[in-house]
Amino acid sequence: MSQLLEQADRLLESAQGGEEIEIYLSQGAETEVKAYQGEIENLSTANSSGIGIRVLRDGPAGARVGTAWAGSLDDESVRDALREARDNVQFASEDEYVAFARPDGVVPVSLVLRDESVVTTSIDDKIAMAIDLERRVRGGDARIRQVDSANYSDYVAEAAIVSTMGIRASYARSGAYLSVEAIASDGKDDQTGWGLSVGRAPRELDGEKAALDAISRATRMLGAVKPPSMKCTAVFDPRTAATLLSIIGGALSGDAVVRGRSFFANRIGEMVASSLFSVLDDPTDPRHFAASSHDGEGLACRRNLLISDGRLQAFVYDTRSARRAGTASTGSALRGGIAGSPSAGCRALQLSPGSEDQASILKSVGYGVYVESLMGVHSGVNCISGDFSVGVTGLMIRDGQLAEPVREITVASTLQRMLLDLSHVGNDVEWLPGSAAGQTLAIEEIAVSGS
Amino acid sequence: MEADVLQSTLAQAMSRGGDFAEVFVEDRATSSAMLDQRRVEELSSGRDRGAGIRVVVGETTGFAHTTDLSEKGLHAAAEAAAAVARAGGGGVREVVLGTRRDYPSPARVESGDVAKAKKIELLLQADDVARSEGSSITQVQVALGDSTRRFVVANSEGVFASDHQVRTRFNVSCVATGDTGMQTGYRPIAGTKGFELLNPEAVEEAARGAARQAITKLDARPAPSGDLPVVLASGSGGILFHEACGHGLEADAIMKEASVYAGKVGQQVASPLVTLVDDGTVSGEWGYLAIDDEGHQSSRNVLIENGVLTDYMWDYLRARKDGRVSANGRRQSYQYLPMVRMTNTYLLEGEADADEIVAQTPYGVYVAQLGGGQVNTATGDFVFGMTAAFLIEDGKITSPLRDCNLIGNGPEILKRVDAVGRDSSMIPGTCGKDGQQVPVGCGQATMRLSAITIGGAAA
Repeated sequence: MSQLLEQADRLLESAQGGEEIEIYLSQGAETEVKAYQGEIENLSTANSSGIGIRVLRDGPAGARVGTAWAGSLDDESVRDALREARDNVQFASEDEYVAFARPDGVVPVSLVLRDESVVTTSIDDKIAMAIDLERRVRGGDARIRQVDSANYSDYVAEAAIVSTMGIRASYARSGAYLSVEAIASDGKDDQTGWGLSVGRAPRELDGEKAALDAISRATRMLGAVKPPSMKCTAVFDPRTAATLLSIIGGALSGDAVVRGRSFFANRIGEMVASSLFSVLDDPTDPRHFAASSHDGEGLACRRNLLISDGRLQAFVYDTRSARRAGTASTGSALRGGIAGSPSAGCRALQLSPGSEDQASILKSVGYGVYVESLMGVHSGVNCISGDFSVGVTGLMIRDGQLAEPVREITVASTLQRMLLDLSHVGNDVEWLPGSAAGQTLAIEEIAVSGS
Repeated sequence: MEADVLQSTLAQAMSRGGDFAEVFVEDRATSSAMLDQRRVEELSSGRDRGAGIRVVVGETTGFAHTTDLSEKGLHAAAEAAAAVARAGGGGVREVVLGTRRDYPSPARVESGDVAKAKKIELLLQADDVARSEGSSITQVQVALGDSTRRFVVANSEGVFASDHQVRTRFNVSCVATGDTGMQTGYRPIAGTKGFELLNPEAVEEAARGAARQAITKLDARPAPSGDLPVVLASGSGGILFHEACGHGLEADAIMKEASVYAGKVGQQVASPLVTLVDDGTVSGEWGYLAIDDEGHQSSRNVLIENGVLTDYMWDYLRARKDGRVSANGRRQSYQYLPMVRMTNTYLLEGEADADEIVAQTPYGVYVAQLGGGQVNTATGDFVFGMTAAFLIEDGKITSPLRDCNLIGNGPEILKRVDAVGRDSSMIPGTCGKDGQQVPVGCGQATMRLSAITIGGAAA
């Protein structure tokens, strides 16, 4: 049994009569190396731990909940947090939907998400990976003028959730990343491109692939022009498609739905997307970097089919949003660390792969814009109204092939229309960090704003 | 935190050699309350304490952070940070700290002195006001958050200072529902102030503003697509400068030649109407600082004067190398290394009349509120989103427009500022860079761009 779980069990003993308590403990360690000009620019190492406490009291019109957290696990911090949480309870409204999760009998999948080699790999080896990454990018193409950042980072983390309702869960994970941003120049203009490799352990990282990705993305943008405004098909590469999917995932949150903040509300059973579009949120799939055995309330994660052949099937719920919607939790509580309260959200989205590779999608599209990077997603996408407008860089598609690079344009539509206007789904699934995997997607009738 | 503990920690950090060491000890208390559909859903309190220690050897920085604030814990973190000093030479260097410079918070009413019930009254008031604007308001969410951040920073060059920063923020967001679907409205009130920031009048104005914005947008049509003149209302247009040149004027991007503004000091980079200032000293504003997170006093720095680039923004390491003074070294918390960040960035007023600027625009877009942006400093391309906007037809503000991004290239767009008014105001924002979030202010008077690309979906 993990020490963290033992500590959480002990804290649970402080529960008083008439109250329920939930304890979330986490601890972790991380390393980050930034390389610059063949040297270490920064080397950071850190251990962290923390606690999030929720206290719940029942009343005539429902329960109230109070929350507190602390960024350390010493006795004084924990005691103060518990006192604050109890104090906060009194000021919350009674709410018939408020409740802590109860064990629901779903058995968590067994996943090995932590690789000890993150801890046992020497710091010198980690430094060497960052320096090697930078060297590969600098030396990989004469047009690379600068490497803005070349980083190796990793973490190990462990969490435990226990509650007086009988929840008792712990899980551990690790991750390792290489990321690099290259600046290419043709003597007149500069362009940037970044590359990435992700794994659960350092040995899974592929520096060569990350370097080549950054180099090719930066160099093929050289000479980019601003095309005239037009309406055409946009083909999103797997990375940008993953961003689109995670945005759609936001509107599939049961929490957004019950609050009246999702354009999918009241549309279960309707065709909301092209029949090519099937969305699965499946944290039990170990290929997904966001895979997890448990959700943020300690319930087992499970496979949730949300959109099937274009038809809206279900939303993801945590305990509270499920009660408000008159259903049961789907094991989909997300928790933003110790300071965050659980809230329903998609954790590990994937689309059913299509049958075509990218080349054949480009060929059937014929003419359009190939989108390689997005800018201003937080400022130009409204998940409630569905309005969508983002800055992009990419390449023109002409005669079914990638052609000249384009920049300083936006692509715009509404999320609702984009789902219906989806015309191709690639078979080129890329497992990426974040809440969504990606594959090539083609969407028709996109407004491109240029000169 | 005792001076002798900090001194011995700094000596430990330098024990393997090194050019510079710093200890940053922080204690932050936060509280938040959220109201959704008239329910006080959650009150939360948090506390984060810890220290970040860095050691600089040549061009290399070692960094470690810890929550163990005992002498032993600090020494262990110092040891970890010193691991970058590979030569192992140098040996213990004595560090002598003088008298600590303390900067008290200008806040009058600290969060802890305000009854929680009183905070909730304001949340409920905002909900009432927003709903009274019309039955199309179907969703109201109100959030109140405050933070009290105290830190002590000491370094091997004798800097020894403490700051006490109090910030308060109140947000109202509304959803209006109509035949055309749902639309949103949002208003923040935020300042580096205590609870005195909030009063029933300010709360009412924010709630009314958020509700009206959502209702107005129900009639919005898709924004145009392509280049048009744009008038930016007083306040939030500051985001334009934050993205179009602010980030590109940060010395870290400059030193790596990852900015289109590198090597351009003394050159005309903007319209002569543009005089841009970054100013951490504006008391009460969201980006106000008495000292930066490296212990240096904040200051008012002119970045662009009458269109000519005059200076960059600096953190200590880069300023030291260039013989400059730093005031912009900031960090999200003790868990992060400081880097060059903006504070309050604003355009100085011009002479035009705000109404005249609109009246003299035959056709274009009037942006009443912006909702953030992003820039690629190496290419200068940037976007910023409009969350409340209208068409200008024959010099008059007419139809509301749906949300979209605007896109441009910084050095190009700065030259297209062709009118600046005299009704300047500031808005709060949260600026993200390399995974660190810090509070910043942006501001400007009503102004016009002769053309910028509107990223709307209209045919």
